[in-house]
Amino acid sequence: MSRPSVRDRSRAFVLVAPLILFLALFFVWPLWTMVTASVVDDAVTKVLPRTAVAMADWDGSDLPPPAVHGALAEDLRAAEDQQALGEAVRRLNSAVSGFRTLLSRTTTAAREADDPAALDFAAVDPRWNEPRFWRAIKEAVPPYTDRNLLAALDLRRDAGGSIVAEEPGAAANRIIMLRTFVIAGSVTLACAAIGLPYAMLAAAAGGVVRALLLLAVLLPLWTSLLVRTAAWFILLQQEGLINRTLTSLGIIDAPLPLIFNRLGVIIAMTHVLLPFMVLPIYSVLIAVPRNLMPAAASLGAGPLRAFWRVLLPLAMPGLMSGCLLVFMVAIGYYITPALVGGANDQMISSVIAFYALGTANWGMAGALGLILLAVTLLLYLVYGRLSRSPQLPGA
Amino acid sequence: MDAFIEFQRVTKNFGAVTVVDRLDLQIAKGEFLSLLGPSGSGKTTILMMLAGFERPTSGSILLADRPITHLPPHRRQMGVVFQNYALFPHMSVAENVAFPLEMQRVPRAEITRRVERALDMVRLSALKDRKPSQLSGGQQQRVALTRALVFEPDVILMDEPLGALDKQLREHMQLEIRDLHRRLGLTIVFVTHDQSEALTMSDRIAVFNAGKVEQIDTPQAVYDHPRTRFVAEFIGETNLVEGKVVEAGAQQAVVRVGEAALNVSGHVSPGRDVSLSLRPERIRLGKEPVAANALIVTVADCIYHGDHMRLVLKSGPLELVARAERLAGDWAVGTETVASFDPQDCTVLAS
Repeated sequence: MSRPSVRDRSRAFVLVAPLILFLALFFVWPLWTMVTASVVDDAVTKVLPRTAVAMADWDGSDLPPPAVHGALAEDLRAAEDQQALGEAVRRLNSAVSGFRTLLSRTTTAAREADDPAALDFAAVDPRWNEPRFWRAIKEAVPPYTDRNLLAALDLRRDAGGSIVAEEPGAAANRIIMLRTFVIAGSVTLACAAIGLPYAMLAAAAGGVVRALLLLAVLLPLWTSLLVRTAAWFILLQQEGLINRTLTSLGIIDAPLPLIFNRLGVIIAMTHVLLPFMVLPIYSVLIAVPRNLMPAAASLGAGPLRAFWRVLLPLAMPGLMSGCLLVFMVAIGYYITPALVGGANDQMISSVIAFYALGTANWGMAGALGLILLAVTLLLYLVYGRLSRSPQLPGA
Repeated sequence: MDAFIEFQRVTKNFGAVTVVDRLDLQIAKGEFLSLLGPSGSGKTTILMMLAGFERPTSGSILLADRPITHLPPHRRQMGVVFQNYALFPHMSVAENVAFPLEMQRVPRAEITRRVERALDMVRLSALKDRKPSQLSGGQQQRVALTRALVFEPDVILMDEPLGALDKQLREHMQLEIRDLHRRLGLTIVFVTHDQSEALTMSDRIAVFNAGKVEQIDTPQAVYDHPRTRFVAEFIGETNLVEGKVVEAGAQQAVVRVGEAALNVSGHVSPGRDVSLSLRPERIRLGKEPVAANALIVTVADCIYHGDHMRLVLKSGPLELVARAERLAGDWAVGTETVASFDPQDCTVLAS
């Protein structure tokens, strides 16, 4: 075969160009934006570039040298973009309150002064005598920050710059993240417990039965998530179908609390995510030669031992990818816990949504998303390492 | 015969289709029995019922006088070798062979010893850590065989085990299995649709057609004296000659075929229309008649087969196929010659 000509190659590139463009536009770029949003902190640097340089030599104890005063006065005098200045003020004010008035007063003074380098800050506002305001500026001038990432893990830097845990009252992310993993893990286990026998049944059945079993699994995938979740409302509520049936059968006296709690979240999520477990296991099982189970039986293995020694090891690659898929999708769930869960069943996505939509804190939203992404990637790597060694059936 | 395995009027229906029809079959201990027949003749179903994977619709199966009709497969102590070997792909060769011993809860040390001995026997010790996918077809076949043998089952069942191998390897494995059968005194039930395989390996052959036994006999008897038209045609090549019995004695009869009268051995009632089977290699060609039956024939076609020639001979409306050794020289089309054959080679088939 001759090497493809430049023309051939450029034609091939033109054919895949829409795909590359799509990936770049809707995958790489948003991801990059979120990642940078979580670590970039340049609102102050943009407005106070000279101060940033001058502060590099100051160790942060006591008051800064006069050179810093001069640089800050120069910067404030030069600041023309009111919006950028506003953002810088907001950033500083969120660190130490009082900056709003302090900076506007100082800016006016710097603009009116004949020689900004000689501006007497303490005369403009006595608060400049307090080192904490200067320290807040010093902390805010580096263009990158780990503040959001640390906060996402309930950590922060203390005055000395070393990493410490957030006070218990302000720390919620770790609990919610742990809860997210617990819920995702429970859903994964429930899906595996239901999905494995189900996939075995579908793989063993033939013709119409198999088609019906697969349809029953696929149908929820084609229905809107909202509709499915709403359907669980009808089934799980106090006066719902399940409680009424159980009561009328005399099995329970009072209705079971099935909704707005952890159980409801797990039931609804298991239902929604079951196809992701059944389909990988099923695809592995139908590739298993039909005569292996009879062979095991003829060699003296009862049904249970034949399953344990032959079918389960062969189904393992499917089971593993099913678990991985379900877990990874589950940790990002937002709507289902919000609708059928209680206050203590909200997952990390709802916190991200709170920061992104509620408070427009894109830094925190990005940091939490980044941690979610890191966990997912880590799991994927573990899975890749685990799935490489065993032989796939039929290989 | 002292029956070790016995089928008593066993019938198997799949829906409306009768796959096995009132089968009576006895297999002796240490016997190599082949179940031979075209696909769909019910031979595999019989094997699957013996192994316990299928339940008979009616009738019973006995092993050493014990009914096993409803015994689940894992309690039957029968080693099964499947068509596509059915090796466990996630286990090494040694683990595959150890599997039946582990199921019997044989102690670890003994398992290791027996697996090694068994793999030695089939010369596979060097490959014991390989996975089945890393073995050739013949090696996989030997592992499957070893796995079925290692737990010393009462019976070995083989379902077309050599079907996936090429011709040369198949012939080699035939000899190897026959050798194992003799050395270990195994009882083997062997399903095949390859008649030469059945002839080479078996003590007895059961020829099946449409769920019924056509004939059970030694390979030689099945070949030389087929009872039915189906058996005559299915095993080897044969000339089928239609005629009418014109004269019948206690040991001999005369059958009129067109112009010719043929002497046949055996007892048949006079006046009947019969089919005769005559094997091509039983026809001797020469200038003079050399047997009780002799026909003047014309060579209509001569086909080259390497080690022999296949001749199509014509005598009036009768057409016969004969086999001629290469040494006998070439046969030009149109040559006249005399075809001679003995009465005992003309087998009268049941109609």
